[in-house]
Amino acid sequence: MTLDDILTSLFPDGHEVSNDKGIIAGSATPRSGGRMIVIGVADRTALGVDEAIRLSDHVLGSIGRDSGPILVLVDSDSQRMSKRDELLGLNEFLAHLAKVLIHADVNGRPTIGLLYGHSAAGALLATGLATRVLVGLPGADPAVMDLPSMAKVTKLSMEALQEKAKSTPVFAPGLSNLAQMGAIHMTWSNAASLADQLEALLADMPAAQDRRDALGKERGGRLKAAEIAERVRGLALQAR
Amino acid sequence: MIAPLKDITPAERARSTSFNEASARTRLELLLDAGSFVEFIGPEQREVSPHLKIFDLPEQFDDGIVVGRGNLDGSPVFVAAQEGRFMGGAFGEVHGAKLTGLLRAARQIGSIPVLILFDTGGVRLQEANAGELAIAEIMRAVMEARSAGVKVIGLIGGRSGCYGGGGLIAGCCSALAVSEPGRIAVSGPEVIETNRGVEEFDSRDRALVWRTMGGKHRRLLGAADVFADDNVQDFREAARELLRLVGPFSLDRLRAEQERLAQRLRRFGACEDAVDIWTEEGIPDAETVPELPADQFVALANRIGRTSRDAR
Repeated sequence: MTLDDILTSLFPDGHEVSNDKGIIAGSATPRSGGRMIVIGVADRTALGVDEAIRLSDHVLGSIGRDSGPILVLVDSDSQRMSKRDELLGLNEFLAHLAKVLIHADVNGRPTIGLLYGHSAAGALLATGLATRVLVGLPGADPAVMDLPSMAKVTKLSMEALQEKAKSTPVFAPGLSNLAQMGAIHMTWSNAASLADQLEALLADMPAAQDRRDALGKERGGRLKAAEIAERVRGLALQAR
Repeated sequence: MIAPLKDITPAERARSTSFNEASARTRLELLLDAGSFVEFIGPEQREVSPHLKIFDLPEQFDDGIVVGRGNLDGSPVFVAAQEGRFMGGAFGEVHGAKLTGLLRAARQIGSIPVLILFDTGGVRLQEANAGELAIAEIMRAVMEARSAGVKVIGLIGGRSGCYGGGGLIAGCCSALAVSEPGRIAVSGPEVIETNRGVEEFDSRDRALVWRTMGGKHRRLLGAADVFADDNVQDFREAARELLRLVGPFSLDRLRAEQERLAQRLRRFGACEDAVDIWTEEGIPDAETVPELPADQFVALANRIGRTSRDAR
């Protein structure tokens, strides 16, 4: 689905969301009413310092002024890999965007990510993975690292990696692998109205508590994370 | 004459121990009050990565991170130290979950600060999806802890620097102390060169790496509030100073950070090299900054006075 298709299906009554050089910003009215601000990255654009600061500005501008949920649409490249971005402190800009989204979410502005295309590495951390509920659309193809680059780093052949990828979701790219980890809460259908699916989610938003490790365990993708975190938490509380 | 070992005070030993070269365990031992450290899920529990055997890679019994509690000047602190010598200190499932659990406890208690000794190349590629998600969970846990009043201080001076998702977690901390070898970035030099070519970034040009990502540049930009000399005692003093200075987290800080970063782009966005930024900041002979000894550099950085205090 293209961005226009998605916006039309999400907001059949119209929206004020624009795409300016791959940076999505605006607002729309979901069917159940209220106002929802929409940000995101489109057209597989890399997320650099100039892009991240616009997105965080849009969200911060809405805090205190509006009250609805926040939708983050994602079809990005990875973070922008350049000397200039690193020179200017890209890690701070990406962290800032994530912090703004997390702060909004825990303070009454529930955040929903919609991963409809590509994303990777730092760009995914600063957008979709900084939301409360990350939804995948069929055809989305997130990758922490692509297999050819991984083959280079691990010095394994592509064939060997593809063979290993069949038995474990832990390293291979793809929506279903990330879903098994607990990173993607649900996958929507392309065939049904996105507005209906958005309404159903808004009517039944999970609590703000981060349960992705438990989800990863339920789905068999991350068997250790939840248990280890829980054990450390328990020991730390006892040691008080 | 060299004093016999037993006569050396812990502070003297910490002063003479390079933070950069020390192991994660030595860093913690010398950073905290002597004998105060208690580890959670130590190596004796053998909680290794369940994924490395898929790649026939050796495991480590602590999965490359040491977490626990100890005292700093008699006050309790939670600590996490990454071991940069095991798989570049990279975040895997178990490694990340230990830090997440520690931060969640800190959030519940509310009054015990957390010190994170970063030493990481980012996500562990052999378990890339689990590592990426662990970083997302840690970022969330840092912000939830800070929102509950917890101070989360990052100390950066390890061999692997603080790269990838580690750089994003560092950006979430209440404050950072960094030494010259403590590089902070998202994409590493080799990654930029592989993707964009040697014309964009020559990863073998070490001077370029240091001045673009190194501790001095991060301090002059205001990304780190304290510059530490490369010894454990200096990091201990930096941690104490930051714990004293850091105030509570609030929305105002995010608004101030938005302005701080936007101003940085307006002011330095056209600069092509760190030396141009330092010159623009009013530093005479900016090209000599990399050679300045720590004490002179600290004086210079304090004179420039750029910090992220109350704006992160």
